Amino acid sequence: MFEKLQYYFEFPIVRYALIVGLLVSLCASLLGVTLVLKRFSFIGDGLSHVAFGAMAVATVTSISNQMFIILPVTVLSAVLILRTGRNTKIRGDASTAMISVGALAMGYMLINMFSKSANVAGDVCSTLFGSTSILTLDKKEVWLCIGLSAVVLCVFVLFYNKLFAVTFDENFSKATGINADLYNLIIAVITALIIVLAMSLVGSLLISALIIFPSITAMRIFKSFRSVIICSAVISVVCAGSGFIVSLLCGTPVGATIVSANIVVFFVFNAISCFSGKNK
Amino acid sequence: MSKRIICKNASLGYEDGVVTENLNFTVNSGDYLCILGENGSGKSTLIKALLGLRPPVSGEIKWEEFSAREIGYLPQQTPVQRDFPASVREIVLSGCLARCGLRPFYNKADRKLAEDNMKQLHIENLADRCYRELSGGQQQRVLLARALCATSEMLLLDEPVTGLDPKAQNDLYELIASLNRKGITIIMVSHDIGSSLKYASHILHIAKKQLFFGTVNEYINSKTGRDFIETEGGFNV
Repeated sequence: MFEKLQYYFEFPIVRYALIVGLLVSLCASLLGVTLVLKRFSFIGDGLSHVAFGAMAVATVTSISNQMFIILPVTVLSAVLILRTGRNTKIRGDASTAMISVGALAMGYMLINMFSKSANVAGDVCSTLFGSTSILTLDKKEVWLCIGLSAVVLCVFVLFYNKLFAVTFDENFSKATGINADLYNLIIAVITALIIVLAMSLVGSLLISALIIFPSITAMRIFKSFRSVIICSAVISVVCAGSGFIVSLLCGTPVGATIVSANIVVFFVFNAISCFSGKNK
Repeated sequence: MSKRIICKNASLGYEDGVVTENLNFTVNSGDYLCILGENGSGKSTLIKALLGLRPPVSGEIKWEEFSAREIGYLPQQTPVQRDFPASVREIVLSGCLARCGLRPFYNKADRKLAEDNMKQLHIENLADRCYRELSGGQQQRVLLARALCATSEMLLLDEPVTGLDPKAQNDLYELIASLNRKGITIIMVSHDIGSSLKYASHILHIAKKQLFFGTVNEYINSKTGRDFIETEGGFNV
Protein backbone atom coordinates (compact mmCIF):
# COMPACT_ATOMS: atom_id res chain seq x y z
CA MET A 1 0.00 0.00 0.00
CA PHE A 2 2.76 2.40 0.96
CA GLU A 3 4.64 1.59 -2.21
CA LYS A 4 1.56 2.43 -4.19
CA LEU A 5 1.27 5.78 -2.39
CA GLN A 6 4.95 6.46 -2.84
CA TYR A 7 4.59 5.73 -6.51
CA TYR A 8 1.70 8.19 -6.83
CA PHE A 9 3.46 10.94 -4.90
CA GLU A 10 6.36 10.84 -7.31
CA PHE A 11 4.12 12.68 -9.73
CA PRO A 12 4.21 16.44 -9.10
CA ILE A 13 0.58 16.64 -10.14
CA VAL A 14 -0.47 14.50 -7.21
CA ARG A 15 1.59 16.58 -4.78
CA TYR A 16 0.08 19.79 -6.15
CA ALA A 17 -3.39 18.38 -5.76
CA LEU A 18 -2.74 17.45 -2.13
CA ILE A 19 -1.36 20.92 -1.30
CA VAL A 20 -4.31 22.65 -2.94
CA GLY A 21 -6.76 20.30 -1.29
CA LEU A 22 -5.42 20.87 2.20
CA LEU A 23 -5.25 24.65 1.82
CA VAL A 24 -8.71 24.99 0.36
CA SER A 25 -10.27 22.81 3.06
CA LEU A 26 -8.49 24.78 5.76
CA CYS A 27 -9.77 28.12 4.47
CA ALA A 28 -13.27 26.80 3.87
CA SER A 29 -13.56 25.42 7.38
CA LEU A 30 -12.37 28.64 9.03
CA LEU A 31 -14.88 30.72 7.19
CA GLY A 32 -17.55 28.05 7.53
CA VAL A 33 -17.95 28.68 11.25
CA THR A 34 -18.84 32.31 10.62
CA LEU A 35 -21.12 31.51 7.69
CA VAL A 36 -23.03 28.78 9.51
CA LEU A 37 -23.52 30.98 12.57
CA LYS A 38 -24.69 33.89 10.44
CA ARG A 39 -27.25 31.56 8.84
CA PHE A 40 -25.52 31.77 5.49
CA SER A 41 -24.85 28.05 5.05
CA PHE A 42 -26.40 28.15 1.63
CA ILE A 43 -24.29 30.95 0.31
CA GLY A 44 -21.61 28.40 -0.54
CA ASP A 45 -24.08 26.45 -2.60
CA GLY A 46 -25.41 29.53 -4.34
CA LEU A 47 -22.02 30.98 -5.14
CA SER A 48 -20.60 27.74 -6.40
CA HIS A 49 -23.41 27.50 -8.93
CA VAL A 50 -22.72 31.06 -9.97
CA ALA A 51 -19.08 30.11 -10.41
CA PHE A 52 -20.23 27.17 -12.53
CA GLY A 53 -22.30 29.51 -14.69
CA ALA A 54 -19.37 31.89 -15.05
CA MET A 55 -17.14 29.00 -16.00
CA ALA A 56 -19.60 27.97 -18.70
CA VAL A 57 -19.49 31.48 -20.11
CA ALA A 58 -15.70 31.37 -20.01
CA THR A 59 -15.64 28.01 -21.77
CA VAL A 60 -18.01 29.18 -24.48
CA THR A 61 -16.06 32.38 -25.15
CA SER A 62 -12.90 30.23 -25.01
CA ILE A 63 -11.02 32.88 -23.07
CA SER A 64 -7.48 31.81 -22.27
CA ASN A 65 -7.54 32.26 -18.52
CA GLN A 66 -10.97 31.36 -17.14
CA MET A 67 -10.17 32.89 -13.74
CA PHE A 68 -10.57 36.37 -15.23
CA ILE A 69 -14.27 35.75 -15.66
CA ILE A 70 -15.00 33.40 -12.80
CA LEU A 71 -13.41 35.39 -9.96
CA PRO A 72 -15.02 38.79 -10.54
CA VAL A 73 -18.45 37.34 -11.29
CA THR A 74 -18.43 35.22 -8.15
CA VAL A 75 -17.18 38.01 -5.92
CA LEU A 76 -19.84 40.32 -7.32
CA SER A 77 -22.59 37.78 -6.69
CA ALA A 78 -21.34 37.23 -3.15
CA VAL A 79 -21.64 40.91 -2.44
CA LEU A 80 -25.10 41.01 -4.02
CA ILE A 81 -26.37 38.00 -2.09
CA LEU A 82 -25.18 39.36 1.25
CA ARG A 83 -26.67 42.76 0.45
CA THR A 84 -30.07 41.47 -0.52
CA GLY A 85 -30.15 39.53 2.73
CA ARG A 86 -31.62 42.66 4.23
CA ASN A 87 -34.47 45.00 3.30
CA THR A 88 -35.58 43.67 -0.06
CA LYS A 89 -38.81 42.14 -1.26
CA ILE A 90 -37.19 38.78 -1.95
CA ARG A 91 -35.95 37.30 1.29
CA GLY A 92 -32.34 36.21 1.76
CA ASP A 93 -32.77 32.46 1.42
CA ALA A 94 -35.12 32.78 -1.55
CA SER A 95 -32.81 35.12 -3.44
CA THR A 96 -29.85 32.84 -2.78
CA ALA A 97 -31.81 29.89 -4.10
CA MET A 98 -32.91 31.83 -7.16
CA ILE A 99 -29.42 32.96 -8.08
CA SER A 100 -28.11 29.48 -7.40
CA VAL A 101 -30.43 27.44 -9.58
CA GLY A 102 -30.65 30.20 -12.17
CA ALA A 103 -26.90 30.23 -12.70
CA LEU A 104 -26.77 26.45 -12.76
CA ALA A 105 -29.42 26.22 -15.46
CA MET A 106 -27.91 28.98 -17.57
CA GLY A 107 -24.45 27.47 -17.29
CA TYR A 108 -25.59 24.04 -18.37
CA MET A 109 -27.60 25.49 -21.20
CA LEU A 110 -24.62 27.48 -22.53
CA ILE A 111 -22.25 24.55 -22.34
CA ASN A 112 -24.76 22.30 -24.04
CA MET A 113 -25.53 24.71 -26.87
CA PHE A 114 -22.09 26.04 -27.70
CA SER A 115 -19.53 23.58 -26.45
CA LYS A 116 -17.08 22.30 -29.04
CA SER A 117 -16.15 19.32 -26.94
CA ALA A 118 -17.49 15.92 -27.94
CA ASN A 119 -18.16 14.82 -24.39
CA VAL A 120 -20.49 17.47 -22.97
CA ALA A 121 -21.95 15.27 -20.25
CA GLY A 122 -18.48 14.33 -19.08
CA ASP A 123 -17.34 17.96 -18.97
CA VAL A 124 -20.35 19.04 -16.98
CA CYS A 125 -20.03 16.11 -14.62
CA SER A 126 -16.40 16.86 -13.86
CA THR A 127 -17.17 20.53 -13.25
CA LEU A 128 -20.00 19.71 -10.91
CA PHE A 129 -18.23 16.98 -9.01
CA GLY A 130 -14.62 17.93 -9.60
CA SER A 131 -13.75 14.34 -10.35
CA THR A 132 -10.55 14.89 -12.29
CA SER A 133 -9.82 18.57 -12.60
CA ILE A 134 -7.79 18.64 -9.41
CA LEU A 135 -5.29 16.32 -11.06
CA THR A 136 -4.82 18.67 -13.99
CA LEU A 137 -3.55 21.66 -12.02
CA ASP A 138 -0.39 23.25 -13.31
CA LYS A 139 2.25 25.04 -11.28
CA LYS A 140 0.81 28.51 -11.90
CA GLU A 141 -2.58 27.52 -10.54
CA VAL A 142 -1.00 25.98 -7.47
CA TRP A 143 0.85 29.21 -6.70
CA LEU A 144 -2.31 31.20 -7.27
CA CYS A 145 -4.07 28.94 -4.81
CA ILE A 146 -1.28 29.24 -2.24
CA GLY A 147 -1.33 33.02 -2.60
CA LEU A 148 -5.09 33.33 -2.22
CA SER A 149 -5.12 30.97 0.74
CA ALA A 150 -2.42 33.04 2.42
CA VAL A 151 -4.52 36.16 1.90
CA VAL A 152 -7.59 34.46 3.36
CA LEU A 153 -5.66 33.18 6.38
CA CYS A 154 -4.08 36.59 7.06
CA VAL A 155 -7.40 38.38 6.83
CA PHE A 156 -8.95 35.81 9.11
CA VAL A 157 -6.25 36.05 11.78
CA LEU A 158 -6.03 39.84 11.71
CA PHE A 159 -9.76 40.39 11.85
CA TYR A 160 -10.55 37.39 14.04
CA ASN A 161 -11.93 39.44 16.95
CA LYS A 162 -13.92 41.73 14.71
CA LEU A 163 -15.38 38.84 12.73
CA PHE A 164 -16.43 37.26 16.00
CA ALA A 165 -18.13 40.45 17.17
CA VAL A 166 -19.91 41.00 13.87
CA THR A 167 -21.05 37.38 13.75
CA PHE A 168 -22.30 37.33 17.31
CA ASP A 169 -24.09 40.63 17.34
CA GLU A 170 -24.18 42.93 14.36
CA ASN A 171 -26.32 45.57 16.08
CA PHE A 172 -24.02 45.89 19.05
CA SER A 173 -20.97 46.08 16.82
CA LYS A 174 -22.52 48.86 14.80
CA ALA A 175 -23.53 50.72 17.94
CA THR A 176 -19.97 50.66 19.26
CA GLY A 177 -18.60 52.01 16.03
CA ILE A 178 -17.38 48.91 14.26
CA ASN A 179 -17.93 49.08 10.55
CA ALA A 180 -20.06 45.94 10.37
CA ASP A 181 -20.91 46.41 6.69
CA LEU A 182 -17.23 46.43 5.81
CA TYR A 183 -16.65 43.16 7.64
CA ASN A 184 -19.69 41.60 6.01
CA LEU A 185 -18.21 42.64 2.69
CA ILE A 186 -14.87 41.07 3.61
CA ILE A 187 -16.66 37.86 4.57
CA ALA A 188 -18.50 37.87 1.23
CA VAL A 189 -15.36 38.44 -0.79
CA ILE A 190 -13.25 35.78 0.87
CA THR A 191 -16.14 33.34 0.68
CA ALA A 192 -16.19 33.89 -3.06
CA LEU A 193 -12.42 33.43 -3.28
CA ILE A 194 -12.56 30.16 -1.40
CA ILE A 195 -15.39 28.86 -3.53
CA VAL A 196 -13.56 29.57 -6.75
CA LEU A 197 -10.52 27.82 -5.33
CA ALA A 198 -12.53 24.87 -4.11
CA MET A 199 -14.25 24.30 -7.45
CA SER A 200 -11.29 22.46 -8.86
CA LEU A 201 -11.07 20.31 -5.76
CA VAL A 202 -14.55 19.01 -5.05
CA GLY A 203 -16.52 20.56 -7.88
CA SER A 204 -19.25 23.11 -7.53
CA LEU A 205 -21.90 20.81 -6.06
CA LEU A 206 -19.90 19.69 -3.06
CA ILE A 207 -18.28 22.95 -1.96
CA SER A 208 -20.97 23.59 0.64
CA ALA A 209 -19.90 20.39 2.33
CA LEU A 210 -16.38 21.72 2.88
CA ILE A 211 -17.82 24.88 4.38
CA ILE A 212 -20.59 23.41 6.51
CA PHE A 213 -19.51 19.99 7.76
CA PRO A 214 -16.34 20.81 9.74
CA SER A 215 -17.92 23.71 11.60
CA ILE A 216 -21.16 21.91 12.43
CA THR A 217 -19.13 18.91 13.57
CA ALA A 218 -16.92 21.07 15.80
CA MET A 219 -19.96 22.78 17.31
CA ARG A 220 -21.33 19.43 18.47
CA ILE A 221 -18.62 19.21 21.12
CA PHE A 222 -16.74 22.46 21.59
CA LYS A 223 -18.21 25.41 23.40
CA SER A 224 -16.06 28.45 22.86
CA PHE A 225 -15.65 30.24 19.56
CA ARG A 226 -11.90 29.77 19.47
CA SER A 227 -12.03 26.03 20.18
CA VAL A 228 -14.76 25.58 17.55
CA ILE A 229 -12.60 27.34 14.96
CA ILE A 230 -9.48 25.35 15.78
CA CYS A 231 -11.31 22.03 15.91
CA SER A 232 -13.08 22.76 12.66
CA ALA A 233 -9.79 23.53 10.95
CA VAL A 234 -8.21 20.33 12.25
CA ILE A 235 -11.19 18.19 11.22
CA SER A 236 -11.19 19.72 7.79
CA VAL A 237 -7.48 19.20 7.14
CA VAL A 238 -7.53 15.64 8.47
CA CYS A 239 -10.58 14.77 6.37
CA ALA A 240 -9.12 16.33 3.25
CA GLY A 241 -5.81 14.51 3.73
CA SER A 242 -7.29 11.13 4.50
CA GLY A 243 -9.98 11.48 1.85
CA PHE A 244 -7.34 12.29 -0.73
CA ILE A 245 -5.20 9.27 0.16
CA VAL A 246 -8.18 6.92 0.18
CA SER A 247 -9.25 8.21 -3.20
CA LEU A 248 -5.75 7.55 -4.57
CA LEU A 249 -5.68 4.02 -3.19
CA CYS A 250 -9.20 3.01 -4.13
CA GLY A 251 -9.63 5.09 -7.25
CA THR A 252 -12.73 6.85 -5.90
CA PRO A 253 -13.55 10.45 -6.92
CA VAL A 254 -11.52 12.89 -4.80
CA GLY A 255 -14.26 15.37 -3.87
CA ALA A 256 -16.86 12.81 -2.94
CA THR A 257 -14.35 10.87 -0.84
CA ILE A 258 -13.34 13.94 1.14
CA VAL A 259 -16.96 14.82 1.79
CA SER A 260 -17.65 11.23 2.87
CA ALA A 261 -14.79 11.50 5.36
CA ASN A 262 -16.40 14.66 6.72
CA ILE A 263 -19.74 12.89 7.06
CA VAL A 264 -18.15 10.02 8.99
CA VAL A 265 -16.44 12.42 11.41
CA PHE A 266 -19.71 14.28 11.88
CA PHE A 267 -21.50 11.14 13.00
CA VAL A 268 -18.63 10.19 15.30
CA PHE A 269 -18.74 13.61 16.98
CA ASN A 270 -22.50 13.45 17.16
CA ALA A 271 -22.32 10.11 18.95
CA ILE A 272 -19.70 11.46 21.37
CA SER A 273 -21.81 14.50 22.13
CA CYS A 274 -24.95 12.39 22.77
CA PHE A 275 -22.99 10.02 24.96
CA SER A 276 -21.35 12.73 27.05
CA GLY A 277 -24.69 14.53 27.27
CA LYS A 278 -26.28 11.50 28.93
CA ASN A 279 -23.51 11.24 31.48
CA LYS A 280 -24.15 14.71 32.85
CA MET B 1 -19.98 70.89 32.03
CA SER B 2 -21.58 67.54 32.43
CA LYS B 3 -22.27 65.16 29.60
CA ARG B 4 -25.75 65.09 28.21
CA ILE B 5 -27.84 64.23 25.18
CA ILE B 6 -30.17 66.90 23.89
CA CYS B 7 -32.92 66.08 21.42
CA LYS B 8 -34.50 69.14 19.80
CA ASN B 9 -37.59 68.98 17.56
CA ALA B 10 -36.25 65.77 16.15
CA SER B 11 -38.28 63.78 13.65
CA LEU B 12 -37.15 60.25 13.06
CA GLY B 13 -37.91 57.85 10.27
CA TYR B 14 -36.80 56.22 7.07
CA GLU B 15 -36.50 57.49 3.53
CA ASP B 16 -40.15 56.71 2.86
CA GLY B 17 -41.75 58.27 5.91
CA VAL B 18 -41.49 59.75 9.35
CA VAL B 19 -42.08 57.29 12.19
CA THR B 20 -42.08 59.67 15.11
CA GLU B 21 -41.82 63.43 15.29
CA ASN B 22 -41.41 66.43 17.56
CA LEU B 23 -39.16 64.81 20.09
CA ASN B 24 -37.84 67.22 22.71
CA PHE B 25 -35.96 65.88 25.68
CA THR B 26 -32.67 66.01 27.51
CA VAL B 27 -30.76 63.20 29.17
CA ASN B 28 -28.37 64.44 31.84
CA SER B 29 -25.49 62.52 33.27
CA GLY B 30 -26.73 60.21 36.04
CA ASP B 31 -30.36 60.11 34.85
CA TYR B 32 -32.41 56.95 34.58
CA LEU B 33 -34.74 57.50 31.63
CA CYS B 34 -37.44 55.04 30.66
CA ILE B 35 -38.87 55.25 27.17
CA LEU B 36 -42.45 53.98 27.08
CA GLY B 37 -44.64 53.36 24.09
CA GLU B 38 -46.70 50.78 22.25
CA ASN B 39 -45.24 48.57 19.55
CA GLY B 40 -44.71 50.59 16.40
CA SER B 41 -44.55 53.89 18.25
CA GLY B 42 -41.02 54.50 17.04
CA LYS B 43 -39.02 53.19 19.97
CA SER B 44 -36.55 51.18 17.94
CA THR B 45 -36.08 54.08 15.52
CA LEU B 46 -35.36 56.31 18.49
CA ILE B 47 -32.75 53.84 19.72
CA LYS B 48 -30.99 53.87 16.37
CA ALA B 49 -30.98 57.65 16.43
CA LEU B 50 -29.61 57.80 19.97
CA LEU B 51 -26.84 55.42 18.97
CA GLY B 52 -26.01 57.66 16.06
CA LEU B 53 -26.79 54.97 13.49
CA ARG B 54 -29.60 56.85 11.80
CA PRO B 55 -29.56 60.65 11.77
CA PRO B 56 -32.89 62.43 12.39
CA VAL B 57 -34.93 63.43 9.31
CA SER B 58 -35.26 66.92 10.74
CA GLY B 59 -34.35 68.62 13.99
CA GLU B 60 -31.24 67.54 15.81
CA ILE B 61 -29.76 65.25 18.42
CA LYS B 62 -26.71 66.65 20.17
CA TRP B 63 -24.25 64.63 22.20
CA GLU B 64 -22.69 67.24 24.42
CA GLU B 65 -19.23 66.33 25.68
CA PHE B 66 -19.37 62.80 24.43
CA SER B 67 -19.79 60.94 21.20
CA ALA B 68 -22.43 58.40 20.28
CA ARG B 69 -19.67 55.83 20.45
CA GLU B 70 -19.48 56.10 24.21
CA ILE B 71 -22.92 54.60 24.67
CA GLY B 72 -23.02 50.99 25.78
CA TYR B 73 -25.85 49.16 24.10
CA LEU B 74 -27.80 46.12 25.23
CA PRO B 75 -29.77 44.99 22.16
CA GLN B 76 -32.61 42.54 22.15
CA GLN B 77 -31.38 39.00 21.74
CA THR B 78 -31.44 37.51 18.28
CA PRO B 79 -32.09 33.84 17.48
CA VAL B 80 -28.49 33.58 16.24
CA GLN B 81 -27.17 34.24 19.72
CA ARG B 82 -29.20 31.62 21.54
CA ASP B 83 -27.20 28.73 20.10
CA PHE B 84 -23.93 30.52 19.58
CA PRO B 85 -20.85 28.55 20.65
CA ALA B 86 -18.87 31.16 22.55
CA SER B 87 -17.53 31.41 26.06
CA VAL B 88 -18.69 34.19 28.35
CA ARG B 89 -15.21 35.69 28.42
CA GLU B 90 -15.05 35.91 24.61
CA ILE B 91 -18.36 37.75 24.50
CA VAL B 92 -17.55 40.20 27.27
CA LEU B 93 -14.16 40.92 25.68
CA SER B 94 -15.83 41.74 22.37
CA GLY B 95 -17.20 44.87 24.09
CA CYS B 96 -13.63 46.18 24.18
CA LEU B 97 -13.31 46.10 20.39
CA ALA B 98 -14.30 49.71 19.91
CA ARG B 99 -11.34 50.70 22.11
CA CYS B 100 -9.01 48.62 19.98
CA GLY B 101 -9.49 50.63 16.82
CA LEU B 102 -7.12 49.22 14.24
CA ARG B 103 -5.23 47.07 16.75
CA PRO B 104 -6.18 43.49 15.79
CA PHE B 105 -5.86 41.85 19.21
CA TYR B 106 -6.84 42.58 22.81
CA ASN B 107 -4.21 43.88 25.19
CA LYS B 108 -3.84 43.50 28.95
CA ALA B 109 -5.93 46.55 29.76
CA ASP B 110 -8.82 45.14 27.70
CA ARG B 111 -8.65 41.82 29.51
CA LYS B 112 -8.52 43.55 32.87
CA LEU B 113 -11.55 45.64 31.99
CA ALA B 114 -13.47 42.54 30.97
CA GLU B 115 -12.56 40.76 34.22
CA ASP B 116 -13.56 43.79 36.29
CA ASN B 117 -16.92 44.09 34.59
CA MET B 118 -17.61 40.38 35.02
CA LYS B 119 -16.86 40.78 38.75
CA GLN B 120 -19.08 43.84 38.97
CA LEU B 121 -22.02 41.84 37.57
CA HIS B 122 -21.18 38.70 39.57
CA ILE B 123 -20.57 36.49 36.58
CA GLU B 124 -16.82 35.95 37.01
CA ASN B 125 -17.48 32.31 37.93
CA LEU B 126 -19.21 31.82 34.57
CA ALA B 127 -16.29 33.16 32.52
CA ASP B 128 -15.41 29.86 30.86
CA ARG B 129 -18.97 28.61 30.49
CA CYS B 130 -20.69 28.40 27.13
CA TYR B 131 -23.10 31.25 26.49
CA ARG B 132 -25.89 29.07 25.08
CA GLU B 133 -26.00 26.95 28.25
CA LEU B 134 -26.73 29.88 30.55
CA SER B 135 -30.15 30.92 31.82
CA GLY B 136 -31.85 33.95 30.29
CA GLY B 137 -30.97 36.17 33.25
CA GLN B 138 -27.33 35.11 33.15
CA GLN B 139 -27.17 35.76 29.41
CA GLN B 140 -28.46 39.30 29.93
CA ARG B 141 -25.78 39.87 32.57
CA VAL B 142 -23.14 38.74 30.10
CA LEU B 143 -24.41 41.18 27.48
CA LEU B 144 -24.59 43.89 30.14
CA ALA B 145 -20.95 43.26 31.05
CA ARG B 146 -20.06 43.52 27.38
CA ALA B 147 -21.90 46.84 27.11
CA LEU B 148 -20.02 48.10 30.18
CA CYS B 149 -16.75 47.27 28.45
CA ALA B 150 -17.75 49.66 25.69
CA THR B 151 -18.58 52.51 28.07
CA SER B 152 -18.44 53.68 31.62
CA GLU B 153 -20.85 56.53 31.03
CA MET B 154 -24.15 55.56 29.53
CA LEU B 155 -26.11 52.38 28.87
CA LEU B 156 -28.93 52.04 26.38
CA LEU B 157 -31.08 49.01 27.13
CA ASP B 158 -33.66 47.67 24.68
CA GLU B 159 -36.35 45.82 26.65
CA PRO B 160 -33.79 43.95 28.73
CA VAL B 161 -36.20 41.81 30.74
CA THR B 162 -38.08 40.27 27.81
CA GLY B 163 -38.44 36.54 28.25
CA LEU B 164 -37.09 36.41 31.80
CA ASP B 165 -38.99 34.88 34.71
CA PRO B 166 -40.21 37.33 37.40
CA LYS B 167 -37.33 36.70 39.79
CA ALA B 168 -34.70 37.15 37.09
CA GLN B 169 -36.51 40.29 35.93
CA ASN B 170 -36.40 41.69 39.41
CA ASP B 171 -32.71 40.83 39.85
CA LEU B 172 -31.83 42.50 36.56
CA TYR B 173 -33.76 45.66 37.47
CA GLU B 174 -31.96 45.83 40.82
CA LEU B 175 -28.62 45.34 39.09
CA ILE B 176 -29.34 48.11 36.61
CA ALA B 177 -30.47 50.40 39.45
CA SER B 178 -27.22 49.71 41.29
CA LEU B 179 -25.24 50.64 38.17
CA ASN B 180 -27.25 53.85 37.99
CA ARG B 181 -26.39 54.62 41.63
CA LYS B 182 -22.72 54.27 40.67
CA GLY B 183 -23.22 57.15 38.28
CA ILE B 184 -23.92 55.39 34.99
CA THR B 185 -26.64 57.04 32.95
CA ILE B 186 -29.38 54.59 31.97
CA ILE B 187 -31.76 54.85 29.04
CA MET B 188 -34.17 51.93 28.94
CA VAL B 189 -36.86 51.08 26.47
CA SER B 190 -39.55 49.21 28.33
CA HIS B 191 -43.03 47.70 28.21
CA ASP B 192 -43.13 47.35 31.93
CA ILE B 193 -44.81 50.44 33.35
CA GLY B 194 -44.67 49.24 36.95
CA SER B 195 -40.93 48.86 37.23
CA SER B 196 -40.35 51.92 35.05
CA LEU B 197 -42.13 54.04 37.64
CA LYS B 198 -40.34 52.27 40.45
CA TYR B 199 -36.77 52.68 39.21
CA ALA B 200 -36.63 55.51 36.69
CA SER B 201 -36.00 59.17 37.36
CA HIS B 202 -37.48 60.37 34.07
CA ILE B 203 -40.10 59.10 31.63
CA LEU B 204 -40.37 59.67 27.90
CA HIS B 205 -43.68 58.45 26.48
CA ILE B 206 -43.97 58.33 22.71
CA ALA B 207 -46.64 57.24 20.23
CA LYS B 208 -45.85 58.52 16.75
CA LYS B 209 -45.13 61.80 18.52
CA GLN B 210 -43.95 62.79 21.96
CA LEU B 211 -46.75 62.43 24.52
CA PHE B 212 -44.81 63.19 27.64
CA PHE B 213 -41.36 63.96 28.92
CA GLY B 214 -40.55 64.77 32.53
CA THR B 215 -39.77 63.25 35.90
CA VAL B 216 -41.62 60.23 37.21
CA ASN B 217 -43.67 62.28 39.66
CA GLU B 218 -44.78 64.68 36.95
CA TYR B 219 -45.73 61.68 34.82
CA ILE B 220 -47.91 60.13 37.51
CA ASN B 221 -49.78 63.40 37.88
CA SER B 222 -50.15 64.06 34.16
CA LYS B 223 -53.18 63.04 32.13
CA THR B 224 -51.12 60.90 29.75
CA GLY B 225 -49.54 59.13 32.68
CA ARG B 226 -52.79 58.47 34.52
CA ASP B 227 -54.49 57.13 31.39
CA PHE B 228 -51.60 54.86 30.51
CA ILE B 229 -51.20 53.57 34.05
CA GLU B 230 -54.92 52.73 34.15
CA THR B 231 -54.96 50.88 30.85
CA GLU B 232 -51.88 48.92 31.85
CA GLY B 233 -53.85 47.28 34.64
CA GLY B 234 -54.15 49.51 37.66
CA PHE B 235 -50.65 49.80 38.94
CA ASN B 236 -50.89 51.18 42.48
CA VAL B 237 -49.08 54.46 42.92
